[in-house]
Amino acid sequence: MRDIRPSGRRDNTRGERKYGLFQVISPSRSAKTGLPLWLLGLGVDRLRTDMSRLLALLFHQGVLDEQFLQLQQLQDGSCPNFVSEVINIYFHESEKLLRNLRGLLSDREFSDYKKMGIHLNQFMGSSSSIGAKRVRNVCVAFRAASEQNNRAGCLRALELLEHEYCYLKNKLHEFFQIEQQRVLAAGVRYPIQN
Amino acid sequence: MVVGTGASGSMAADGVEERKQMSALIVDDNSVIQKIHKVIMTKLGFETQVVDNGKMAVDLHTSGCSFDVILMDMEMPVMNGIEATKELRAMGVETMIVGVTACSLESEKQAFKEAGLNECFVKPLNMEEAKSLVKKLNKEDN
Repeated sequence: MRDIRPSGRRDNTRGERKYGLFQVISPSRSAKTGLPLWLLGLGVDRLRTDMSRLLALLFHQGVLDEQFLQLQQLQDGSCPNFVSEVINIYFHESEKLLRNLRGLLSDREFSDYKKMGIHLNQFMGSSSSIGAKRVRNVCVAFRAASEQNNRAGCLRALELLEHEYCYLKNKLHEFFQIEQQRVLAAGVRYPIQN
Repeated sequence: MVVGTGASGSMAADGVEERKQMSALIVDDNSVIQKIHKVIMTKLGFETQVVDNGKMAVDLHTSGCSFDVILMDMEMPVMNGIEATKELRAMGVETMIVGVTACSLESEKQAFKEAGLNECFVKPLNMEEAKSLVKKLNKEDN
């Protein structure tokens, strides 16, 4: 492997040598970190392990089910960001539904339980589709309360739904952040040579 | 707009019959399901179109569009899947209509099937179920 010298120039305020992306100083060291490439490989592996552990935890807690794995299996070169795109749509739709549900229940004279049922069916459907098992289960209980026109029960269910949704959202954000780090680390590990 | 059945073929210059790309209409008001079903059907080689309710599906057919398969949600605003399926069959649409529903109650699924479905699955459709639809479509085509 050729020894490619850096063509760096000092052009940032910290006076650091700035290299073109993915230029390799030596065959065995990364220009960006100075670390041996084999160590960067360990970083990728570590991140992959972190992702697996987080997913295993979420499965163990019943937060996610195998439908999430089905989504991952659909992701490939033709749609490399499929899972994050679906999850972002889910977040956007869920927050709209939660606002609608909160809006309905904040009215003391509220009686349109049919409308509430429609919102809950939507929430259940999309939660099932991404494997959000605990959120879906809370929606089922919520729907049961709405079918009995039980406003107090609906309020309690809404609080629980908001709590479960927040937990899921935070954990999925964490998952995607680790994935992003893994992709970046993998990119440094396999530099393109000019 | 998709016109013409996807299953028909035409002769290429070298005499080999070319198979037109098959088309799928996804009828669902849920954006997450729309995305998942669109990706699944695209991966299987379908050209896809997405609408938000049964009325839009009926209007498409009234305007002359046709598809090789329709994925029909049951609960939708404006016109639900049961009404839309009945209307399409009454119009003489013989396309494979596949119901996809979040509802697990057998009685409701039965009512949906009786409206004129060819198949009914719990949503979302998975890849194996979608592949089984392609096999059935290819069998009918042959």
